[in-house]
Amino acid sequence: MTERIGVYVCHCGSNIAGTVDVVDVANWAAEKLGHQGVVIARDYKFMCSSPGQELIEKDIKELGLTRVVVAACSPHLHEKTFRTAAKNAGLNPYLVELASIREQVSWVHSDKAVATAKSKAVVSGAVSRVIENAPLEEIKVPINPNTLVVGGGIAGIQAALEIANAGFRVYLVEREPSIGGHMAQFDKTFPTLDCSACILTPRMVEAGTHPNITLLTWSEVVNVAGYVGNFNVTIKKKARFINEELCTGCGICQEKCPKKVVDDVYEAGLGYRKAVYTPFAQAVPNFPVMDKENCTYFIKGTCKACEKFCPTNAIDFNQQDELINIDVGNIVLATGYDLFDARRVSNYGYGRLPNVFTSIEFERLSNAAGPTSGNIVLRDGKTVPKSVGIIHCVGSRDRNFNNYCSVICCMQGLKFAHLVHERTGATVYNFYIDMRTAYKTYDEFYQRVLEEGTLFVRGKVAEVTDAARYSNEKGKLIIQTEDTLAGKQRRIPVDMVILSSGLQPRHDAKEVGKMFGISCSTDGWFTERHPKLDPVATMTEGVFIVGCAQGPKDIPSSVAQGAAASARVLDKILQKEVALEPIKATINKEMCSGCRICNGLCPFNAIAFLADDNVSEINPALCQGCGTCVAACPAGAISGMGFSDEQIIAQIDGLLLRNLEPA
Amino acid sequence: MTVNGGKPKFAMYWAASCGGCEIAVLNTHEKILDVDANFDVVFWPVAMDAKYKDVEAMEDGSILLTLFNGGIRNDENEHLAKLLRQKSKILVAFGSCACEGCIPGLANLSPVGDIVHTAYNTITTDNPNEIYPRATYDVPEGELHIPTLAKVLRPLEQVVDVDYFMPGCPPESHQIAAVIDLVIKVVKGEAELPPKGTVIGAGDSTVCDECPRARNVKSIKEFKRIQDIAPVDPDLCLLEQGIPCNGPATRSGCDARCPGAGAQCIGCYGPAEGVMDYGARLITAFSSVIDATTPEEIDRILDGIPDPTGQVYRFNLAGSLLKANRDAWKVK
Repeated sequence: MTERIGVYVCHCGSNIAGTVDVVDVANWAAEKLGHQGVVIARDYKFMCSSPGQELIEKDIKELGLTRVVVAACSPHLHEKTFRTAAKNAGLNPYLVELASIREQVSWVHSDKAVATAKSKAVVSGAVSRVIENAPLEEIKVPINPNTLVVGGGIAGIQAALEIANAGFRVYLVEREPSIGGHMAQFDKTFPTLDCSACILTPRMVEAGTHPNITLLTWSEVVNVAGYVGNFNVTIKKKARFINEELCTGCGICQEKCPKKVVDDVYEAGLGYRKAVYTPFAQAVPNFPVMDKENCTYFIKGTCKACEKFCPTNAIDFNQQDELINIDVGNIVLATGYDLFDARRVSNYGYGRLPNVFTSIEFERLSNAAGPTSGNIVLRDGKTVPKSVGIIHCVGSRDRNFNNYCSVICCMQGLKFAHLVHERTGATVYNFYIDMRTAYKTYDEFYQRVLEEGTLFVRGKVAEVTDAARYSNEKGKLIIQTEDTLAGKQRRIPVDMVILSSGLQPRHDAKEVGKMFGISCSTDGWFTERHPKLDPVATMTEGVFIVGCAQGPKDIPSSVAQGAAASARVLDKILQKEVALEPIKATINKEMCSGCRICNGLCPFNAIAFLADDNVSEINPALCQGCGTCVAACPAGAISGMGFSDEQIIAQIDGLLLRNLEPA
Repeated sequence: MTVNGGKPKFAMYWAASCGGCEIAVLNTHEKILDVDANFDVVFWPVAMDAKYKDVEAMEDGSILLTLFNGGIRNDENEHLAKLLRQKSKILVAFGSCACEGCIPGLANLSPVGDIVHTAYNTITTDNPNEIYPRATYDVPEGELHIPTLAKVLRPLEQVVDVDYFMPGCPPESHQIAAVIDLVIKVVKGEAELPPKGTVIGAGDSTVCDECPRARNVKSIKEFKRIQDIAPVDPDLCLLEQGIPCNGPATRSGCDARCPGAGAQCIGCYGPAEGVMDYGARLITAFSSVIDATTPEEIDRILDGIPDPTGQVYRFNLAGSLLKANRDAWKVK
């Protein structure tokens, strides 16, 4: 049967038309591809606009088109738009093919003649391919209304609360003993100087006591199977050595435990905790965790002080790690960030010069609940600094480390300056490259700190050293910097240096991304579906990313993303079922010899081996159409719907203009 | 199918081949008598004397069945391919060389000059005066010609239109016998010919389908040569034992002779029905089941196949999608 094909070439304003002669492309398609079945070829300013779509719909109805090729942007952007238009006109949406002449042509070429010729080839490939396209029907599967939220920082808490408040079950998984995340370590939040704990802990408690939230702390996701609406997740609940049923959180075990351990996590190494501990007083849940590596009983076999004094017999030294299996329909990843390790900038002396502090150390120093009860003092624990230098962009905007801006460091540096000024009256210097205070009331805070008398030096600090050259430098840390506004080098002696360290992707972000089937950017942050229009969704349906896992951001943005993702999840839940793309793999049983090469490859466990028939079989509900098995099948018995050999070869032939009628 | 004027005519020709295909036909034992009883053998250089000019003098389409084995390596091969195409009703690409190039096709990896140099001037060839063959040579009796090598070896289909393909290196004798039986039945009007382009004398699936060995989910830590494994498990899939066996991508029809006898399939029956590029299929299949987590480990495991081209394109290089395909020949 000869197909009746319509070709639509989009100008995309000047995006395409500026580099490609779109009229020529359309005329060429009508003339040269007529024998392939092209009955109409049009160009239009914006194909994706309503009039553009109506143009296609009208032609389908009036000209009886059986296939449509839209030469426009990448299928990522508007494939759905044009498929829907075709569907509206009564044509199976999978008989529409997009030829990307924007991302793959106009945006990557400057020579109009070359770009026009390439566009013709791309259109020709799409025409040849679309002839081989088969009509496909979507498959509908029910959505499990439960949601998994990974990471109990403020972004994850927000997402969990919003979904739970709407009446749906949430599993909130947190790696640490308590939820709260980095925000629980901070003293004040910029620019309002709200006490961080005061605004965070009510949310933590709400999440901890919410009837719809199942809290799984001291736990990690170890396996994810399935697909949107039907994920099966395995969670490892690490042994706490505390019976949560019996524990009342009274804290006597922590009080009686004789073993003191430097707290590298919550107190950033500035304070101590016990071997059995809750990271902080307001921890949620308030059950402690036994640190097996440091517990005297686990090391020497005797002690058990905690067990002796526990009033409810909640200590259980025999507890084992537990694997929990849950079914969820959607997943929100709120796995946060790691702080840039300031030791890597060796010229700033962190780890070598005692009075160089990191930002998180300063947060603990200035925190009223911290190791110094909020007294800002030097490493000796008593001397109040008379001068403090705050260095911005440590590890950020630096091609030796991370190219990106960590977003929060400018405001963080300003907050530190204010706190130092307020609590010690010391002279404060801020060393910055550019001051970035672009958010509601942020710049006003900058003005306030300026008015408080903080000194600002614009330039990248070269070095922090204790090697004094002048008498006024003796016993001080000297900050060697270029002052780009004054146009000279400066040496500024101070008592204390605070490094405003940048944010980094979690050290295991890549593995976590792989487990959840999402990708990372070159910097290592999780990649969103669209940087502007779809910032919390990912290319994997049903997996959302919020907070710093997606990129550096401040608390308001993290909260906004948590809420945004919950809206997306609720949208999915309330639809009750999800239409799965019919792009699936199928096995031709006649051609399958049961060699079993494909059996272990499917990331979605969709392939089963039928021993009686000696063939393998694909479960269409589980298959996500990734194509792994299609490529691997040595017999060519597996075919990917929408990506058959015939389609691909036809497209290549078209691209190479082998489909043209001989002159 | 009716034939005027006595028995239908049969021809068999060898182009660039080893002669094994002829032996395979003779190896059908008494079945060869059926050929003689039902056909008039007009041209078969290995079995009887005949001159090219006799063939040239025949009427077009006068030979009912020609089994053409060997690839097209030189201008003599090409001339005979075109001549026999013209004279034959049914032209069968017989055996791996004619179907897909086979071992001679591996020479497509080298330029003609290198091939000739290797053949005439290596340590095993004593050629102190650097004498090489030339296309023409003057002798007192006149000018002598020998065939000129083409740039590459082409399977028959890349030179002339082919009706049927019969794979194998060589085709199994029982398959040849079955095809002879079929053609005789067709001549007698008792059966129909399959559609043009069909692969005959072979199965539709892969060697695995006929292989008696047990198969499991595969996870390969190391590829080894079969002689380096002792003992080879007689009942377990060879690929699972780390022996690169080409069976999974190779057309069935040989009764899985090699794996059945304890040796890996090397792929002489060519690509299975659904396989477009044999080597590409095999290498993706092998790489899919190696069990590695680091790039270094992947390299180490794949280094266990020291000659990947020879492993996955041993028979199929000239006929593959990647090398010397038909369209490449249309452009000069």
